[in-house]
Amino acid sequence: MFLAASTREQFASKSANLDLRGIFELAIHGLLLACAAVSIVTTVGIVFVLLFESVQFFREVSVWEFLTGTRWSPLLKPQHFGIMPLFCGTLLVAGGSALIAIPLGLATAIYLSEYASPLVREIVKPILEILAGIPSVVYGYLAVVFVSPLIRDTIPSADLFNAANACVVVGIMILPMVVSLSEDVLQSVPRSLREGAYALGATKLDVTLGVILPAAMSGIMAACLLAIARAVGETMAVTLAAGATPNLTLNPFEGIQTMTAYIVQVSQGDTPAGTLEYRTLFAVGLALFVSTFVLNVFSRWILLRVEEKYE
Amino acid sequence: MSLSEIVIDGRPKRMSDTSSRKPLARASTLSLGQSNFSRSADEIAGQSKKIVTREVDFFYEAKQALYKVTLDIPEHCVTALIGPSGCGKSTFLRCLNRMNDMIEGTTISGEILLDGTDIYRRGTDVVELRKRVGMVFQKSNPFPKSIFENVAYGPRVAGIRKRSELNEIVERCLRQSALWDEVQDRLNDSALQLSGGQQQRLCIARALATAPDVLLMDEPASALDPKSTAAIEELIFKLKEIYTIVIVTHNMQQAARVSDQTAFFYEGHLIEVGNTNELFTNPKEKQTEDYITGRFG
Repeated sequence: MFLAASTREQFASKSANLDLRGIFELAIHGLLLACAAVSIVTTVGIVFVLLFESVQFFREVSVWEFLTGTRWSPLLKPQHFGIMPLFCGTLLVAGGSALIAIPLGLATAIYLSEYASPLVREIVKPILEILAGIPSVVYGYLAVVFVSPLIRDTIPSADLFNAANACVVVGIMILPMVVSLSEDVLQSVPRSLREGAYALGATKLDVTLGVILPAAMSGIMAACLLAIARAVGETMAVTLAAGATPNLTLNPFEGIQTMTAYIVQVSQGDTPAGTLEYRTLFAVGLALFVSTFVLNVFSRWILLRVEEKYE
Repeated sequence: MSLSEIVIDGRPKRMSDTSSRKPLARASTLSLGQSNFSRSADEIAGQSKKIVTREVDFFYEAKQALYKVTLDIPEHCVTALIGPSGCGKSTFLRCLNRMNDMIEGTTISGEILLDGTDIYRRGTDVVELRKRVGMVFQKSNPFPKSIFENVAYGPRVAGIRKRSELNEIVERCLRQSALWDEVQDRLNDSALQLSGGQQQRLCIARALATAPDVLLMDEPASALDPKSTAAIEELIFKLKEIYTIVIVTHNMQQAARVSDQTAFFYEGHLIEVGNTNELFTNPKEKQTEDYITGRFG
């Protein structure tokens, strides 16, 4: 009898504990949710502001004119609101830097993954990480004082600020990204595939080019797209290196302006808030956001498909 | 059915002709799928030695995995390597085509002679060696390419470019691996769409395409269902007429069914080797007897 009562008391006190613990758990849950909500709310907020201000802009300038116009001079009279020159500038820098970073980065990744001894890998990988850690403004500065004179020595007709300049430094900037992402993809090709190929009397080059690269191809493509998205969004280095002249050209030795560089120019200038000139910021920002977003989604989609393949 | 029954039932009556280099055709006239066709001790002795290993020691870093393994592998016979996990049988198998070279920090000493030539001597062309000594792995590992390209891979890296020649090789190897009828209409489909058993037979076809003398099989059926396993075992019977086969297996019934000679490994030592029927019915060593009767392992 006595025993039974004391047991019941114990249970009662336990259930009180349980209540307390339940509240605590709930509080923790809520706190963590709130933290997670910050990033979501921020994202939604940014997209909302971009859209809201852009809609204001497109009340005065037609979407058609914005997308197809070949002149961009919102700050000068007569005003022109064709984003093509900026888009073209971004494309030129992204394409040019990809042309530098992808072959070089892929070759480096193949070397590190397939050829290098563990010792070399241990040395090279941290160096690449340092390269990735250099602030982009430093790259921009190097472009102006080092790369630009070099280019103008070779091609005297080149502008002081030019797209090629930006391509070189942005290419070097995104190089570590191409290398480390591609190397991860190459490493994730199952060892059994390598062994299978070697067991058939394949040489290292046969295995690398004939089996590993094809198996890793979609992952490498995704890595390259992510790197290009990074180049599209790159701001500081291109602002310093490529100049501030919106220019519809594919000649890399002329001065250009990218979408990001234009945003910098307007943000630091004295354009009054609420004006049409001011709203171009958001329209260009939206265009930039859509471009990188599409690239990112596309590359994630490719990566997902790769993961499925090696279940 | 007990293990000993399987073995005794299939006393070798056939294949007294030990010099048989030709006949895949003859193998197919045999009623395959029934008990076994193991060669007798005399027949094994009559075969020339394809691979001879002498006092092979093998180390992963400082850990010794093989101790003085001396083993003769007769031509046109199936040699089964059995033993508990970690006994060194796979390591030994991978020594025979120098697959262990790819693992950092391994060392080997002793001699492994293929047709009388030491494959570890200086200046050995490992690429050439691996063309002569093909390998099938435990987990089927088709390349993410078409069925055709999987089989054609070996010949291609060996420099064969002519389409007609490749077609001929692919068909022959897929027929030898008993896969042709199932895939002949979809040679350009991805190999990854095949079932597990089909993938493994594809890997066998791929190994055969380099025209090896020796086929190493590392637990080729361990991940397969009984029907696919039976198909692979049947295949091994046929293939030994053309190739010399060394197979690692965990499955003692399988060793008893498919092999002519069995080698029992334990903790890196080769404990006993002999004619399969004799080893299973009348083992000389206590450890072998304990293992095959299931007392440990």
